[in-house]
Amino acid sequence: MSAIANHPETHEDILIREQGFDDHFHDHHHGDKFQSNFITKYIFSQDHKMISKQFLITGMLWAIIGAGMSIIFRLQLGFPEESLLWLKPLLGKWITVNSEGVGKLAPEFYYALVTMHGTIIVFFVLTAGLSGTFSNLLIPLQIGARDMASGFLNMLSYWFFFLSSIVMFYSMFLSTGPFSGGWTAYPPLSALPQASDGSKTGMTLWLVSLTFFVVSVLLGGINYITTVLNLRTKGMTMWRMPLTIWAFFVTAILGLLSFPVLVSGFFLLMFDRGMGTSFYLSEIYVNGKALENVGGSPILYQHLFWFLGHPEVYIIILPAMGLVSEVLSVHTRKPIFGYKAMVFSILAIGFLSFIVWAHHMFMSGVNPFLSNFFVIFTLIIAVPSAVKVFNWIATIYGGNLRLNSPSLFAIGFVSLFISGGLTGIFLGNSAIDIQMHDTYFVVAHFHIVMGVAAFFGMFAGVYHWFPKLYGRFMNDTLGKIHFWGTLIGAYAIFWPMHYIGMAGVPRRYYSYDNFETFNHFAKINQFITIAACVVFLLQILFVVNFFYSIWKGKVVTERNPWESSTLEWTTPIEHIHGNWPGNIPTVHRWPYDYAKDGKDYICQVEPLGVGEEDSGSH
Amino acid sequence: MATHSLEHDLNQGDAWSGAKEPFKASYGKLMMWYFLLSDAFSFAGLLIAYGTLRFSVPSWPVPDFVFSTLPGGIHHAPLIFVTIMTFVLILSSVTMVRAVQEGHYNNKKGVIFWMLMTIIGGLGFLGCQAWEWTNLIATEHMTISTNPFGSHIEDGTYNVDEHGHPYAAGAVKESFTKGSSYIIHKVDDNWIQRSYTTASGETKVQQFGPKAFGGIFFFVTGFHGFHVFSGVAFLTIILLNVMSGLYEKRGNHYEMVEKIGLYWHFVDLVWVFVFLAFYLL
Repeated sequence: MSAIANHPETHEDILIREQGFDDHFHDHHHGDKFQSNFITKYIFSQDHKMISKQFLITGMLWAIIGAGMSIIFRLQLGFPEESLLWLKPLLGKWITVNSEGVGKLAPEFYYALVTMHGTIIVFFVLTAGLSGTFSNLLIPLQIGARDMASGFLNMLSYWFFFLSSIVMFYSMFLSTGPFSGGWTAYPPLSALPQASDGSKTGMTLWLVSLTFFVVSVLLGGINYITTVLNLRTKGMTMWRMPLTIWAFFVTAILGLLSFPVLVSGFFLLMFDRGMGTSFYLSEIYVNGKALENVGGSPILYQHLFWFLGHPEVYIIILPAMGLVSEVLSVHTRKPIFGYKAMVFSILAIGFLSFIVWAHHMFMSGVNPFLSNFFVIFTLIIAVPSAVKVFNWIATIYGGNLRLNSPSLFAIGFVSLFISGGLTGIFLGNSAIDIQMHDTYFVVAHFHIVMGVAAFFGMFAGVYHWFPKLYGRFMNDTLGKIHFWGTLIGAYAIFWPMHYIGMAGVPRRYYSYDNFETFNHFAKINQFITIAACVVFLLQILFVVNFFYSIWKGKVVTERNPWESSTLEWTTPIEHIHGNWPGNIPTVHRWPYDYAKDGKDYICQVEPLGVGEEDSGSH
Repeated sequence: MATHSLEHDLNQGDAWSGAKEPFKASYGKLMMWYFLLSDAFSFAGLLIAYGTLRFSVPSWPVPDFVFSTLPGGIHHAPLIFVTIMTFVLILSSVTMVRAVQEGHYNNKKGVIFWMLMTIIGGLGFLGCQAWEWTNLIATEHMTISTNPFGSHIEDGTYNVDEHGHPYAAGAVKESFTKGSSYIIHKVDDNWIQRSYTTASGETKVQQFGPKAFGGIFFFVTGFHGFHVFSGVAFLTIILLNVMSGLYEKRGNHYEMVEKIGLYWHFVDLVWVFVFLAFYLL
């Protein structure tokens, strides 16, 4: 309480004190014992704000590793003639030196890098790092809750993620290398230890790591859903929740329903690997000898995997969409356009994401009749996605736009989502997929639409909520350099990939030496690699800005620096247990009252005037 | 003015207006429900895997034939043992309901008694499963990677007796019809695959049944059994807490008993589907 007394009481403070909801939280200091020493405050913390920071920083470390891996394999791909000897101190035996002293990336390690890059970015960065960070930070703060429903399970959620990270990290140092059969881990490569070096212990640890990861996602997700349903403060109806919360809520539901199916698939895979079963294996010859395994189906694994795998891409993109909606509304000083349409499109996307998974399997030998079904639902997803895009554009249109780092990244997200979404319409057609599947066209598509776009949503979120996280601002000039460089750089990397993909260049190949037709793409590959290096350096700039700003950034003096109407900005700048020093706020209106009745913004705690209607109620 | 709006808001107070529990359930109970929802999807994934594997092969062992043994060397009693097992498990659900009910009455002794009954029921089920597995693995030699239960694909007559020896002179040769079941015996580590002559005069040898049968049976019933085992462990912990008076002090009508009850009923419900898939269909 004493820390709060240093600041003059704001208008919102008075409202919360006089009209807020007294949940008797501070009558008994049951929560304070959890923050009494260094270990309970910073390490085994049960406070959602600290756990959010833990997810963010762990995610950032993984992002650097995952992106660094892509640089290494891009160097090999773009400059196959150049020597990579200088990487030998880092990679050791994975750089092979020929008789002329030219160092090359070992081909099997190239595959391991591609596999790890995918696994790390998809799961550790864009699932845990994105959803873990912002669901934890914003759900309690924006719905007016003291903390998550269960602080203990929330803590476990982070530590299972940490454990999973340790196992995966360890697998990179095995003498046989980490798993190398692609992030989707299709059998038989993943099921037979004799299939490749990476399929030995590397694959075992990959499975163990991801099983822990799913435990983390489920613990987190159960908490997010329950908190949103049960812990909304007085007046915070579902229709008054910011779009961020809607997005995190639906994301958690998707994770809750899809990750368990992945685990079932993984357990069956573990039995095929270690117990001699044949769930996924049939009629396989190794070195001319037939294995005993018969009767299994590798397609079965693909179904179980993609039943998670497809919702997973929405688990990645929905939080980014939520963050972007919020950031755009605040920085255009306009209500979000079509709030309810946005909510319904989140729900529609969430629902549809469960019935499109086999569009990843058009060329796996599934029944073409089945493909028709999946083509139709895949293309229908374009409808709610387009609703969202038009709403974002309509929100920006005529807005009083502040062109700062968060809003730039939010606008960049919209651009990327459009570009990447349009190529999805190509790939969603099973006939066009015959030509496009497993080419760089696919790589370009999903990197733009769910890779770079999700990163942009995350960046928008980090720049926007950094003052809430650390009580300081990030440097806006560096942020703008980061934005323009990354936007142009990302297009420079992935735009050309569409062309080489359409020409049929397959992905995941170490070298195209044996394919004369692809020789004339060598220069494009070099260009992409150079662009990738530049973009990577810009991300390092972001990391420097991030850590510099934690300690040396411009101090936040006003509680609500962005003049935002949502509840998280009514809490004190210093993080306290329970978020609000006295009462929790009572909510009277929807979260997007910007430029209403001649006022720039009206906080959600402001009671409705006489005859005033809640703008969100229609 | 402000007061007016506040009252206006309060009057609108339906279950979803915030600071309320919209499903009238505490966060802990909700969490259990969502966990069970996700667990249902794990089992659904496994049962779909079962269906995929089963319908990718032309024939599948007949449950009435495979599961027809009782303890004490009784054979040809199709599905009797698994019926007993299922009955024990469902009975333990009934006792669980009673435990929760006694919790609502704040009757500590009643909670303890009925939880104990539930634990006994759970252990009984696990014991039955242990016997069933032992019988299948040790006596009938079905393992996770081998399945000796097959079905004939055509009519025919055996050329050797069930020990693999040629028939004695004058003995009546055993014949069979298409679709009938057989088990390949194992004697001294040797599989006895009986040779037979088909109606068209060809000589063939008994083949092993679909490999996936053993694997998916042990995997899914094992996965379910692990859930029962965990349930018994949690029931025991919660029983100890009940006895220590922990929940009495909390004064929330033994909600923890209710939560583990939800889990227990779920595990029973899943068994109904597993039972349906592996024993009845």
